[in-house]
Amino acid sequence: MVKWTEEERCIIRGVWEKVDIDEVGAQLWARALIVYPWIERYFGSFGDTFTTTAILNNPKLAALGKIVLAALDTAVKNMDNVKGAYASLSRVHYEKIKVDPEHFRLLAECITISIACKLKAELSPQVQSTWQKFLSAVVDSMRSQYK
Amino acid sequence: MSLSDKDKAAVKALWAKAEGKSSEIGAEALGRMLVAYPQTKTYFSHWGDLRPQSAKVKKHGATIMAALGQAVKGIDDLTGTLSALSELHAFKLRVDPANFKILGHNIILVLAMFFPADFTPDVHVSVEKFLQNVAWALSEKYR
Repeated sequence: MVKWTEEERCIIRGVWEKVDIDEVGAQLWARALIVYPWIERYFGSFGDTFTTTAILNNPKLAALGKIVLAALDTAVKNMDNVKGAYASLSRVHYEKIKVDPEHFRLLAECITISIACKLKAELSPQVQSTWQKFLSAVVDSMRSQYK
Repeated sequence: MSLSDKDKAAVKALWAKAEGKSSEIGAEALGRMLVAYPQTKTYFSHWGDLRPQSAKVKKHGATIMAALGQAVKGIDDLTGTLSALSELHAFKLRVDPANFKILGHNIILVLAMFFPADFTPDVHVSVEKFLQNVAWALSEKYR
């Protein structure tokens, strides 16, 4: 279990407060698919995900982005036991969707970059470091049921 | 980290010894990877039996090593030699390139197991550099 100081909790919540889930969520998967096109392997049923234009305008991707950030909200609210909170999510991603957990890491990076676009200098090195520590814990929790 | 003449010589020398057992080495490496790095199983769910001694694992391990053999022969132009395989991995298989490093580690481990006297640190570094360059060439077409 990750241990958070009061300062870290403040920082993480502070960052998360500034994230508009609808706004950031809508573009999250577009960023991930454009930067890491091989992730397209999971999106066979999402319609057109093959060109930048199609990706940027795909409503299913936008909807999924919001779902992912809503789940991240759960992690922020349960930061002392993200592993517990995410156990069934992890299992589903392993057993049903069969996601390479490397992609949790890649998506986490995209989330941080999206936040950097929004927060700019407010995402100081210290804040970035703490936020990334949080996302690492989230990624680890998503990996936890991969056995 | 490009390959020096010394690296290429070391890789070729080890391959000359390993070639005869390459199917076995490949099967062993792939089998171990699927056990020690369970996340890699996500790419093979359609195989059913993923135990190290299963027929599909053994066959695929041999396939991988045969391709590595080709890479050794074409060591002076890995990008060209592996171009078709890169396209396959990028567009059809869509294996995340991070997994090349994982498989590479398991290949190195098995080579060390099979050829402990030959797998000196000097040879190890050349083989690792070679596998890194192979991974790079395989990733070429990804984006």
